[in-house]
Amino acid sequence: MGAQKKISDLLPGQTATVEHFATSEPWVWRLQELGLLPGALVQLIRCAPLGDPFEIEVKGSLLSLRKKEASAIWVSLA
Amino acid sequence: MSETLTSQTLSSSSSPQSQTPVFALVGNPNCGKTTLFNALTGSRQKVANYPGVTVERKIGTFLTQHGKPLPIIDLPGAYSFAANSPDEAILRNVLVGHVEDEPKPNQLLCIADAISLERHLYLCIQAAELGLPMTLAINREDLAQESGIDIDTAILQETLGISVILTQANKGTGLIPLRLALSRAKNNVPNQLVRYSNPIEDTIERLEQSLIVHDTTEAQRTRGIALLLLQEGNCPVFVSEKTRTILEREKARLNALDPNWPSALIQARYEIIQALCRQAITHKPVSGKTLTEKLDSVFLHPILGWVSLATIMGGLFWSIFSLAGYPIDAINWTFNELISSINGVFPRGPLRDLLNDGILTGISNILMFLPQILILFFFIGILESTGYLPRAAFLLDRVMGRVGLQGKSFIPLLSSFACAVPGIMATRTLKSPKERLATILIAPWMSCSARLPVYLLLIAACLPNHSAWVKAGVLLFAYTFGMVAAFSVAWISRKTLLKGESTDVIMELPPYTWPSWRNLVIYLADRARTFIKRVGTTILTLSIIMWFLTAYPQNPDLSGAERLEHSYAGIMGQYLEPVISPLGYDWKVGIGLVSAFTAREVFVSTMAIVYSVENGGGGAGCCCGCGGAPKNTALASILPTQTRADGSTLFTPLTCISLMVFFIFALQCISTIAIVRQETGSWRWPIFQLIFMTSFAYIAALCIYQGGKLLGFA
Repeated sequence: MGAQKKISDLLPGQTATVEHFATSEPWVWRLQELGLLPGALVQLIRCAPLGDPFEIEVKGSLLSLRKKEASAIWVSLA
Repeated sequence: MSETLTSQTLSSSSSPQSQTPVFALVGNPNCGKTTLFNALTGSRQKVANYPGVTVERKIGTFLTQHGKPLPIIDLPGAYSFAANSPDEAILRNVLVGHVEDEPKPNQLLCIADAISLERHLYLCIQAAELGLPMTLAINREDLAQESGIDIDTAILQETLGISVILTQANKGTGLIPLRLALSRAKNNVPNQLVRYSNPIEDTIERLEQSLIVHDTTEAQRTRGIALLLLQEGNCPVFVSEKTRTILEREKARLNALDPNWPSALIQARYEIIQALCRQAITHKPVSGKTLTEKLDSVFLHPILGWVSLATIMGGLFWSIFSLAGYPIDAINWTFNELISSINGVFPRGPLRDLLNDGILTGISNILMFLPQILILFFFIGILESTGYLPRAAFLLDRVMGRVGLQGKSFIPLLSSFACAVPGIMATRTLKSPKERLATILIAPWMSCSARLPVYLLLIAACLPNHSAWVKAGVLLFAYTFGMVAAFSVAWISRKTLLKGESTDVIMELPPYTWPSWRNLVIYLADRARTFIKRVGTTILTLSIIMWFLTAYPQNPDLSGAERLEHSYAGIMGQYLEPVISPLGYDWKVGIGLVSAFTAREVFVSTMAIVYSVENGGGGAGCCCGCGGAPKNTALASILPTQTRADGSTLFTPLTCISLMVFFIFALQCISTIAIVRQETGSWRWPIFQLIFMTSFAYIAALCIYQGGKLLGFA
């Protein structure tokens, strides 16, 4: 297993594997239903010009999520 | 909803196969669902709202391959049946038959996007669990081919046990096989592929038993409803109390075993989907960037992104602010011609006045909004269907998020600078009800074009000899003051009255697509029709009431100014004097304020009548800054000469500023009230807004005037 990071720590273009979610707020299930499950590959595409929200790619679709969410999702670098 | 009704709607004695088919179209947002619906039904569709919510209810009729008309319901797009927003709740409630006056669908047409099939299949797998006959359309397969994705429908058909058809709804490809599949007398119920962990399966079984016993649910639908109960989100599914008790107990049991059980549920579905996709999809490597990547590198670029956003929004704003002026002038001219020709034909009398000043003016007030509404929704339609709208929201989310709104609130607010009516209609793009209400609440504080003639008049009256720069500065102050107050109120309301998480924080940035003109035309026609039908009647009624107040009791012998003085509006203005004199106004201004309730710019023409300025007639209501320049100048030079009863000057700079502040904040617009009622579904919100905004305006103007006097500015 590679180094543990949060999605918000990734650099644009970096791909990592989702490890776990640091919370169980309802948005977690929403995100998981969109395919961001533990074990899935996630790529940070970019941050918005003002630093928030983040754009990620998962299972071929582009999603946007706020920093608050991105920093509650732990990933490991491949 | 009562329990008896619930049990009744959940049950259905006859088997779905023997009934006339009612199709439900189910799919994710941004997969061409509307395009497919429009392609299947053409113009044979009806759009309305679901009772109590502003979620659109679209029912159409499509012809089978043998020409038999069958009903199809276009359900709101969603990523899952777990319902966290009104849209998602409607989707689920229609599917389980919990929406009054809605035929209960007994066949499903699922649509999935070929490019991100894996994710789209998630909803399809959930739909498959409902136990209804189903057909799957995989749309946009042309785009998938370009991205090197090859889909083997035979494998999907075999595994899922249902017909799977590739379509390109925008080009009409695949529609014939789809119609053929839908025309079949008997469509297959999909195979139940997903098996959950033992504790979850036990829970499902217990819920199924309770549903059969306590909710008289048909046996083939119990599994689906049990699963919906386990993932119901914020919006509960209606079931009997006994089932609800069992559900709570089971959830507690699962939580004790593994707090992450909802995740296990999702994972179990994705495992099946992944296995399916591994077999059915082949990826060919494609070189080069996709169109979406190329466009995003411009539209989301740290500098170019803002430039393109400013250009697009500038174009939008210019179009509704200025381009709409031409058709508005044309409508205005037509109605003036109509009124004068009626004057030529009909004898003078109360009936002619009612027709001209009440009804025709009211109708022209309604039609006057159409150009702005159509232009705004033309833009929104294009921005939404191309996929740019979520990008704009992505750029602006940080700014709007600060005050508890979201990126998508930007367009409604920007449009409200032209007119709050289309702006408030545009809040439909916001899925989160609380953010939507907060946006509706502050939209009227964006200084609309109807305030401009009032501002210009007051600035000209109080600063006659100052340079254009000073005047421009005061105008800028008026706009900024409204905005700052609006965002503060939004922030406060999201912390108090409209407290709650936003549901739209997580959104998809869909691949860019070319807009469908056909969808756009249907969309615009629908917007215009809804506005005229629902909002028009309210505006017309209120316009007639306002006309009556200014025209009655009739005193034909008096001059224009005296007639107005003795009208109900005039009497109200005089009664208002003690209330408004602390703001620096007298009863004549009071009449102006009362009449400005029709539409703000009417203040200018009323003041002209009150002060007997020539050509001061002018009917009530036009919404695009048609105060009339010469009249304005004459009036602006008369205002500073007016005195109060004690001989002091009335329109001092301080009075003018106080009046401007009043106009920034007061909800003096019957059309806004009418549209808020339509968009929020009740009178509660517009009445609250009217009281809140007008009290705020009063207090703000009071502080300005009295504070100014204390500081010696009187």
